[in-house]
Amino acid sequence: MIIMSVPRFWRKQIARYNLVGTQCKKCGEKFYPPRNMCPKCRRDGEIEEYKFSGKGEVVTYTVIHTAAEGFEGQTPYVLGIIKLEEGPSLTSQIICDAENVKIGMKVKPVFRKLGQDGERGMIYYGTKFVPESTDKC
Amino acid sequence: MRDVAIIGVKNTKFGELWDRSFRDVVVEAGAGAVSDAGVVGEKIDAMFVGNMSGGQFVEQEHIGALIADYSGLAKNLHVPSTRVEAACASGGLALRQGIYAVASGMDDIVIAAGAEKMTDVPSPKASSALAAAADREWEGIMGATFPGLYAMIARMHMHKYGTTSEQLAQVAVKNHQNGQHNPIAQYKSKITVDSVLKSIMVADPLHIFDCSPITDGASAVVLAPADIAHEYTDTPIYVKATAQASDTIALHDRRDITTLDASVAAGKRAYEMAKVQPKDIDLVEVHDCFTIAEICAIEDLGFAKKGEGGILTQNGETAIGGKIPVNTSGGLKSCGHPVGATGVKQAVEIVEQLRGEAGKRQVDGAEIGMTHNVGGSGATAVVHIFSRDR
Repeated sequence: MIIMSVPRFWRKQIARYNLVGTQCKKCGEKFYPPRNMCPKCRRDGEIEEYKFSGKGEVVTYTVIHTAAEGFEGQTPYVLGIIKLEEGPSLTSQIICDAENVKIGMKVKPVFRKLGQDGERGMIYYGTKFVPESTDKC
Repeated sequence: MRDVAIIGVKNTKFGELWDRSFRDVVVEAGAGAVSDAGVVGEKIDAMFVGNMSGGQFVEQEHIGALIADYSGLAKNLHVPSTRVEAACASGGLALRQGIYAVASGMDDIVIAAGAEKMTDVPSPKASSALAAAADREWEGIMGATFPGLYAMIARMHMHKYGTTSEQLAQVAVKNHQNGQHNPIAQYKSKITVDSVLKSIMVADPLHIFDCSPITDGASAVVLAPADIAHEYTDTPIYVKATAQASDTIALHDRRDITTLDASVAAGKRAYEMAKVQPKDIDLVEVHDCFTIAEICAIEDLGFAKKGEGGILTQNGETAIGGKIPVNTSGGLKSCGHPVGATGVKQAVEIVEQLRGEAGKRQVDGAEIGMTHNVGGSGATAVVHIFSRDR
């Protein structure tokens, strides 16, 4: 199963690896995932890169038992919406025991393998999250 | 703008139709609707076909032309045929495009159909195709599934409003109760709250019985200007409103995780266009792709206060005979969810109800009905209101 083609993944590699999004200089709103058009200022906006701290909290979550194609080996896994301290929210996996995850739990980012195209294909890396209190990094 | 009426309807059987192809089911629905309307092919001015992913499910694009061809409307009559896509709202949107065509005066007799053939691929492949309705680059790549996205809505709804797994299960139980009286339904079996709660967990807190199934099927309606509808039928059903709204493609970008703002906006536009209020609606077909989706829908469309959809369901007010019967067809849960067909099937159900032809599912004295069709986790919503009276 090919999760995503190489150029499509590579194009957003920095954003995925380092939580680099964008912000609109005009209104100050920050975007992750990155946007090139500010929904508030639209064509009047001025977009530039913005590196997020990665600190945030869990807005909501689920424990996935029936996996998406390519994620079968990872079940059960915790998927959540994380609200970053700078404002925007994103979807990512939370690495912790299912019974320990809570709405409002503080989290921090970790660099992790997302998946792999078969035995010899590309390995995808990106940002997942762990509880802020753990020593994992 | 001209008033528009539905003069003919047809659903195929919904289910795992191993012996039928994509084109077989669409032609059956289309021909059935045309026959119900008593229209001849030469009168058909245009057709619109809602289809989410022929490319992924049957490796077929160019759906519009294919269906015109196998309906016998291409080679000699060259009827224009357009495929419409908005994920699971493709059917509702095809109907809306058909209504536009007739209302504008460009076309008189128009067919609006919807179809999906989902069982020609293995289930994981079907799930993956459906996941394309979410944001592939920022949700799918992290391992998000559709049940997973709606599970996150459910988790938040439970956290904020105290909605329970039992209340979610009651949506499924009620829809199976209705579906057993629908001859086209995929699952006609009764289920209990206990059986829902004991079914396997797909994405916590959603069990497999909280999820709509993978289904083959097609639906079609025939549209005509209201002024000439009586030439074809004694019981035209009038389109009082067609409305559509968009929201962010990804769930994480929404204003509120438990509200589908697109449903709220489309509902509001529809009520304004039809000059009616939620209390005037006699029955509604909502997009219950998951049990939590029905609870959100009845809140977002104004039938329950935000957070009280679970209680309304628990009190039996959404059952036939309740304050607002919801999903008399069995909904997506029991009737089945061939994604491109669903939005049109909802309209077929409302037409049968308003004609008084719904048999054991009949809502007594139904005059005004509504349909609500959602694409993805809420990025598109399409709402229609229909009436017996013009």
